[in-house]
Amino acid sequence: MEKPYRRRDLLGIRDLTAAEINGILDTAENFREINAREIKKVPTLRGKTVINLFFENSTRTRTSFELAAKRLSADAVNISVSSSSVTKGETILDTALNLDAMQPDCIVVRHSSAGVPHQLAKVSKAAIVNAGDGANEHPTQALLDAMTIREHKKKIKGLDVAIVGDILHSRVARSNIHLLTKLGAKVRVAGPGTLVPGDFQHLVDKGLEVCPHVEDAILGADVVMILRIQRERQDSAYFPTLREYSIHYGLTNERLDLAKKDAIVLHPGPMNRGIEISSDVADSSRSLILDQVKYGVAVRMAVLYLSTGGSMVSA
Amino acid sequence: MRLLIKNGHLIDPGAPENTGMSVLIENGEVTAWLRHGEPHPEGCEVFDASGLLVAPGFIDLHVHLREPGQEHKETIATGCAAAVAGGWTSVCPMPNTNPVNDNAAITRYMIEQAERAGLAKVFPIGAITKSSDGSELAEMGEMKAAGAVAVSDDGRPVPNAGIMRRAMQYARDFDLPVIDHCEDKSLSSGGVMHEGKMSLLLGLKGMPALAEDLDAVRDIILAKETGAHIHIAHVSTKGAIEAIRRAKNEGINVTCEVTPHHFTLTDKAVEGYDTNTKMAPPLRSEEHLEAIIEGIKDGTIDAIATDHAPHHADEKALEYDRAPFGITGLETGVGLALTELVHKGIISLERLVEMCSANPARIFHLEKRGSLKPGSIADVTIIDPEMKWTYSNADSRSKSRNSPFDGRNFNGRVVATMVCGRVVYKI
Repeated sequence: MEKPYRRRDLLGIRDLTAAEINGILDTAENFREINAREIKKVPTLRGKTVINLFFENSTRTRTSFELAAKRLSADAVNISVSSSSVTKGETILDTALNLDAMQPDCIVVRHSSAGVPHQLAKVSKAAIVNAGDGANEHPTQALLDAMTIREHKKKIKGLDVAIVGDILHSRVARSNIHLLTKLGAKVRVAGPGTLVPGDFQHLVDKGLEVCPHVEDAILGADVVMILRIQRERQDSAYFPTLREYSIHYGLTNERLDLAKKDAIVLHPGPMNRGIEISSDVADSSRSLILDQVKYGVAVRMAVLYLSTGGSMVSA
Repeated sequence: MRLLIKNGHLIDPGAPENTGMSVLIENGEVTAWLRHGEPHPEGCEVFDASGLLVAPGFIDLHVHLREPGQEHKETIATGCAAAVAGGWTSVCPMPNTNPVNDNAAITRYMIEQAERAGLAKVFPIGAITKSSDGSELAEMGEMKAAGAVAVSDDGRPVPNAGIMRRAMQYARDFDLPVIDHCEDKSLSSGGVMHEGKMSLLLGLKGMPALAEDLDAVRDIILAKETGAHIHIAHVSTKGAIEAIRRAKNEGINVTCEVTPHHFTLTDKAVEGYDTNTKMAPPLRSEEHLEAIIEGIKDGTIDAIATDHAPHHADEKALEYDRAPFGITGLETGVGLALTELVHKGIISLERLVEMCSANPARIFHLEKRGSLKPGSIADVTIIDPEMKWTYSNADSRSKSRNSPFDGRNFNGRVVATMVCGRVVYKI
């Protein structure tokens, strides 16, 4: 469907060029300062409507999008659907078409099935922003991770980034792999063989390496990104026990010592302390987990602004 | 009642030298071949096939007609209408109806419904096990007596090798081919597309090729031991094709079919998450498509079958994960074979007719079909091999619209179909 003038979907990082990614990040930098003001509100999106349509539980991402919309003076409506609309006899496309008929400017979608934002984007007039779709992508998470890295490392090109854990089921890993390699970083992924299939090597043309051991990935890294172990997947038996996982794959101070001295630690949350990340590491000064959350609001302000017709800042 | 199909280009794999013949049909049977211009009996209706191919009626070994039980997706009448519009004069519906076609009464019902519709001929496939639940053998002998031509549990393949062995031992006595949808579900369950680079890229759960390879190899070993005829449905992997090629060389009684979508598309088509790209077996990667083309060329693959699997629009308008497997195929199959195989120089028209008619008739022992020699039943598929056309879901005769080929351009089209000497479709 032809979208109204300049209204743009954000479905994934895979579709973006390096210039577009940098443009979003530079725009987000401009919005950052608003969040530090005493009166955290500007009229930029006054009169615009944003619907947060969440088919999957979320505290952090939903709140972050809601605050981003409100601080830009958009009207934000939150819809949480615990299970798919199909339980009420309506297809997901009909649900979306009904919301779209109310003429919102942007629909932010999270869903446990990959591709739902892409399916909705084909039928909606509103811009669709992907807030996480199954194991596919979580573009705003990768953007806020990039903003955090840029803030602390002053660059992304040439950095060594380790991503550790359940790569197979992680939309955060996919979005980050696309973003970081597009911007010239070298990404090394590691985790149990059941969760890091060899085919991952071919996910992107260059800049990605699948490492046999966690230690190989972390060695000399500038950034260590730890993925959440999704306990609900434990019934599929991808590894024997959480105990064994924490011993062999968890990020401890000893493993972190293999990274560069000034390496930073990122985690998309929510954390399982003592499983994929030890509390020592999580609470250390190298861990930037709360910075990630903080920058998330600015990134989402930029995304809402751009998807509803705003122009990119050129750095 | 007499009909003369004259001036056409006759292709009969059984008689390759007789291309320049007109076909005389009397009372539903082919009675003679006449040279063009040779005087013909009086009172003859004439079908002028100048510039057209005249072939023995095409036989689709693998369709889902949804009746009884799921008439909102398709009925035997609508499915047969789609069949003849696509050039298929006979279709073999799988038993996954509701209730399952696991007894003679349902087999007879399906045949009667087809006779009432008066379009394509229906040869039902009976279930291997009762309710296709993989435990107890269904009454194969009774179903055969009622008109079933093969047995299969299709989308619910028998997981237990012991039961599959017994099914083959038993089916062999009745001369019934055993058809297997090869999928070891312990490897593929939860998957929605081919496992590989594309599934990782799209974040969808994969169905590995080896789930098909393993089941195919198991079946071939069982067929060798039991002496039964195993027919591998919709083969889609390099591994399964290689196993079948080896088995044929060894003299094991194995045959197989391929679907038009598997020789046309790859898993790249899943990009965009159109649920009309979701089927089982899934669209595979380039390397498997190359193996399929090789198997079509060298004769390892015997037949083209559509696996026509209609689903209601509401059922496909779901998340990719949740949408049902399957696409319609009756009206696009021959067009795809002409466009993707014949016009690209992969196979000849003669080989196409062999794969769509002569071989299917041989595989399911359909007497007097698969050829237009005098004495044959006058099922005829007439093709304009050069006609350019565009398929549109909106024009489909099927009750369902779940085809990924909506809007696709084709080179070559079925222009008329005759069943028992009667014109049942003509554009």
